[in-house]
Amino acid sequence: MLESLRVYGCYVAVALRGQLQYRGSVVMGALGNLMVTGVELFGLWALFDRFGQIQGWTLAEVALLYGMANVSLALAEIVGRGFRVFDQLVKSGDFDRLLLRPRGTAFQVAAQHFELARVGRLIQGLAVLVYALVAQGLLRPGAELVLVVGSIVGGACTFMGVFVLQATVAFFTIESLELFAIITYGGVETAQYPLSIYGDGLRRFFTWVVPLAFANFVPGVVVLGRPERFGPEWLAWASPLVGVGFFWVCLRVWRVGERYYRSTGS
Amino acid sequence: MRAYVAIFEARFRALLQYRAAALAGLATQVFWGLVRVMIFTAFYASSTGAQPMTLPEVITYVWLTQALLMMLPWRPDPDVEQLIRSGNVAYELVRPVDLHGLWLARAVAQRTAPVLLRCLPMVVLAYSVFGMAGPAGPLPALAFAVSLCATVALSAALTALLSVSTFFTLTGRGLHSLVIGVLNLMSGAIIPLPLLPEWIQPLVRVLPFRGLLDTPFRLYMGHLPPEAALQAVGHQLLWTVLLVLAGRWLLARALRRVVVQGG
Amino acid sequence: MAQIVVEDLRKRFVVAERRAGMLGALAGVVRRRHRVVEALAGVGFRVDEGELVGYIGPNGAGKSTTVKVLAGILVPDGGRCEVQGRVPWLERVEHVARIGVVFGQRTQLWWDLPVVESFELLREIYRVDRQQYRVRLDALVNALDVGAVLDVPVRQLSLGQRMRCDVVAALLHAPQLLFLDEPTIGLDAPAKLAVREFVRRLNRERGTTVILTTHDMDDIEALCSRVVVIDHGRISCDGSLDHLRERAGVGRRIIVDLERDEPLAPTDARVVSREGTRVVLAFDPVRTPAAALVARITREHAVRDLFVENPPIEEIVARLYGEADARGEAEPRPEPREDPS
Ligand SMILES: Nc1ncnc2c1ncn2[C@@H]1O[C@H](COP(=O)(O)OP(=O)(O)OP(=O)(O)O)[C@@H](O)[C@H]1O
Ligand SMILES: [Mg+2]
Repeated sequence: MLESLRVYGCYVAVALRGQLQYRGSVVMGALGNLMVTGVELFGLWALFDRFGQIQGWTLAEVALLYGMANVSLALAEIVGRGFRVFDQLVKSGDFDRLLLRPRGTAFQVAAQHFELARVGRLIQGLAVLVYALVAQGLLRPGAELVLVVGSIVGGACTFMGVFVLQATVAFFTIESLELFAIITYGGVETAQYPLSIYGDGLRRFFTWVVPLAFANFVPGVVVLGRPERFGPEWLAWASPLVGVGFFWVCLRVWRVGERYYRSTGS
Repeated sequence: MRAYVAIFEARFRALLQYRAAALAGLATQVFWGLVRVMIFTAFYASSTGAQPMTLPEVITYVWLTQALLMMLPWRPDPDVEQLIRSGNVAYELVRPVDLHGLWLARAVAQRTAPVLLRCLPMVVLAYSVFGMAGPAGPLPALAFAVSLCATVALSAALTALLSVSTFFTLTGRGLHSLVIGVLNLMSGAIIPLPLLPEWIQPLVRVLPFRGLLDTPFRLYMGHLPPEAALQAVGHQLLWTVLLVLAGRWLLARALRRVVVQGG
Repeated sequence: MAQIVVEDLRKRFVVAERRAGMLGALAGVVRRRHRVVEALAGVGFRVDEGELVGYIGPNGAGKSTTVKVLAGILVPDGGRCEVQGRVPWLERVEHVARIGVVFGQRTQLWWDLPVVESFELLREIYRVDRQQYRVRLDALVNALDVGAVLDVPVRQLSLGQRMRCDVVAALLHAPQLLFLDEPTIGLDAPAKLAVREFVRRLNRERGTTVILTTHDMDDIEALCSRVVVIDHGRISCDGSLDHLRERAGVGRRIIVDLERDEPLAPTDARVVSREGTRVVLAFDPVRTPAAALVARITREHAVRDLFVENPPIEEIVARLYGEADARGEAEPRPEPREDPS
């Protein structure tokens, strides 16, 4: 485990050195990312400015959900970039050389890329998160803060899991990958607002199929002391584990998909 | 014109080829639309004050946005971008064509190719299943059609300008994401323009981006009296001309630099 | 002891066909056509420890596919395959830690990194002890003469330099089994010789088993005691070079330079070609001893010069490849299949 972490570190160092050759590009990319996500945030703010609240949730409360969801996604984007561009690895046949090395393939795919440019979303998400925590008086050591941080990690695992599934599909076809944007970017868009405002279908999907609910809504409700409880209270406290479990399942699916890899003809 | 036909055909074929991708794209648009409708419904349900738009109007707006999504200038023409980044654009100068005109034609083709396979199904679906309203009458429908053509021209002019700007931002796509951020907000792709705060409205009214979604929508709903409608389309066309001129000027400058540096 | 056991290995690829023209594209929306390529149609062979086997065949015969299955990259559709007692795709990690693979067509190194940093990273990945790594790297760098390019980024290397670095990279973890898929492709003569010499020594001195795929018959002649020929996914010949010659039935040749332009047609030899006074004859050394044939020709004709040689291996191979075509297996038969998905 520790040894794998060290090797991961070596890989990341290599990737970073490559990206820092084009420093200007990274900075501009991060700024652009900050801009795009910032504009979305402005849209959210404008709606609250006009309507005041959404089903009893104030801006400060929604900001907690927003911050948690965006930090989770940003972490997954930074670490899981390899899975998002994985179809190129399949198309070019370069996945061959990952298979030739005595390490897990998912591990290598993740380690090969490290996307600095996505720190834009991370910064923005963290800023909103800190604002929300301060507004709620939660920015102090305590069980709530631990739950928030743990759920963010769990949420990052959930998003990573979706990236892994998306990459797995590339073993069979490279055509319908766009569909996964529904789950990741659609997911984060959905999770920016309380899950309780949505229809049953959507709510069930993001609870039972892709458990994004546990990334922010379920623990958020408990932390904020809001009435929209989901299940018994211990379940909310176990939310980080749900994301980790989902990620594990996705990795099993990946192992199956890998056997259908067909390389290229030359 | 040849360039237009060629690129239209290529795009159209690509869409056909990757039918699964086209279906997935449609599903994505539907999903996005549904989520946004639910969000707006919840907002409207929790406030009693008067708003500049009614909920059914917002719903129609959301679906129209989803349908027109492929017509918006999200990014520069990838082929042109590649041409510029690789420096091969120098070879294009040898050809007896008007470069900016060519790129403009390509952009128009790109924006019109998906109409049949992406926009129309979306409209049909939204109209029959998701509660999108029809146009307010035959005249608004006509005005909408006219304005939509202007939207394509405007969108193409912006795309070409974005492509040309690649000359000046060789280091990365940062500037593009910046422009796209502004475009996202000011076109009304994120939330309908009337729902933005009052203080930003004067800016919104002047900038070209409202011609991409807001103008066709207003005509579709029959919100504007005839002379205001003419004015709105005039705004679209004026900005199209200005952006084309800006694109040509920038391109001429950029090319002079390329020639001086010897490619 | 058998290092590799392969029995009845099968692998087919389903390839989507595109139809031409706008109408074709439209039709493709409704129905897609598929073609099945039988890359491996029941391949079987064994390789023992310490062998150096040449694996040859025409383009598209299934060589690379075989190597990919043996290396654990592809999962076959059927058949048995054991390498060093393991099934490659079931115990991939343990398996690849003990083999080395070089694909001449693509590099295993990191494009942007200086060569030595690629090696360092591989050391971490393969869990090679630092001490051992140092010793092995020194030996390999000396043997392949790549000391001068260790600090150069891979993308700046010439093809020959890159290939030699790739060979080093494949051997840093000291595998007992090495797969080389066209390792001399595109190399100039000195580079080819260097790689060849290195492979020979690796096999002789360290007893490393080597499977070598190539289109360069000089590689085969210089290195391989045994040759396996694959064609259209089937093994068509397996044995020593002499065995191959016999199978091809090309025989030995005599080249005769006559004093004058006169007919020359001995009954127990075949005229292969004739150019002015130079005649090339082919004969079967088993039925007709060379000495007797030479004696007879010099007795009956005025001969200026005469020499006996083995036919070039290219010719043998061309003969063998052609044979398979003649058997009517010219193309892996396409099986068009409509599937309205
Ligand atoms: N990933 C793939 N997808 C589809 N077809 C493939 C694939 N890999 C190989 N093939 C087909 O299988 C057959 C065998 O290919 P293979 O690469 O094994 O040939 P080869 O003997 O290595 O040929 P060459 O001498 O040209 O390298 C060919 O017809 C090839 O087109
Ligand atoms: Mg090959």
